[in-house]
Amino acid sequence: MEDTRMTGLLHRALGPREPEIGCDECFDHLDRYVELELDGRPAEEAIPGMAPHLEGCPACAEEHDSLLALMREDPAGRGSPEDERG
Amino acid sequence: MTPGPAAGVEPVTARARPGDGRAARGPDAESRDWLVLLRSQGEPYQRAVGRLHGILLRAARFEVGRRRARNPQLRAEESADIALQAADDALVAVLARLDTYRGESRFTTWAYKFALLEASVAVRRRAWQGRELPVGEARWSTFGAAGPTSHERAETRELLSAIHEATQRVLSDRQREVFTALALNEVPIDVLAERMATTRGALYKSLHDARRKLRDELRRQGLDPSGAGSAD
Repeated sequence: MEDTRMTGLLHRALGPREPEIGCDECFDHLDRYVELELDGRPAEEAIPGMAPHLEGCPACAEEHDSLLALMREDPAGRGSPEDERG
Repeated sequence: MTPGPAAGVEPVTARARPGDGRAARGPDAESRDWLVLLRSQGEPYQRAVGRLHGILLRAARFEVGRRRARNPQLRAEESADIALQAADDALVAVLARLDTYRGESRFTTWAYKFALLEASVAVRRRAWQGRELPVGEARWSTFGAAGPTSHERAETRELLSAIHEATQRVLSDRQREVFTALALNEVPIDVLAERMATTRGALYKSLHDARRKLRDELRRQGLDPSGAGSAD
């Protein structure tokens, strides 16, 4: 238990080792990154620094996980402008 | 709201690459329809805005529902209000930033993220409403207990002790304040941004700079910031 807490603090204190983008750039690219992930394409190669940022920023990571989960639940991206279900 | 003004922390540039699907092709037909209708006037515009709000509300409810499991104090009625307000705010943000949509994903995926952001920020702030932010450094002391310990645990303690000491010496007051709140006391970054009247992006930049200074200081002392023990 204490080991887990110490390791967690160490991780939060030092952050990711690899170069990362910031929160604003992360938000800008989040939709594209998640679609690449869902398509099985190399998302980190297309958007370098995104994965380290998600490792170092809990808030952005949560929003990434939510968008991924939402897209998995709704893979067709329901919501055509003419779609009455909207 | 969005995370704040642009503030990249490292010189990493995201770009479209060959074979990167939609990024190279532009918006699909459905996304183009959205853009046409949201740039139209009269009844077609009103109908498209109404449908967009419905989509954003679905995403906001999804997000609030996910977070309710971790925030049981959030009542059902309050959750519904948060989701509706998040959808309203996201609609304003999407319409205001329509010209920034580059067609690198489906329009609905792009729009979803605004609703998820608004909803997640609202729930984080609600969870900390009326609470004092922990500003002290008492948590460092909880890792210094004596007793039998493994070699690995001793190394981790040594690193934490060195980091604690370095926070006093190498960080600016602002960096120490941000680092202590975010990394040590785990205050959500949006909550701290609201209390300090700044943005998520600006706070993360401060945290990133603090982390870099601390890693540099550990290396200077011959310690390995990866947590694996002493550097060669």
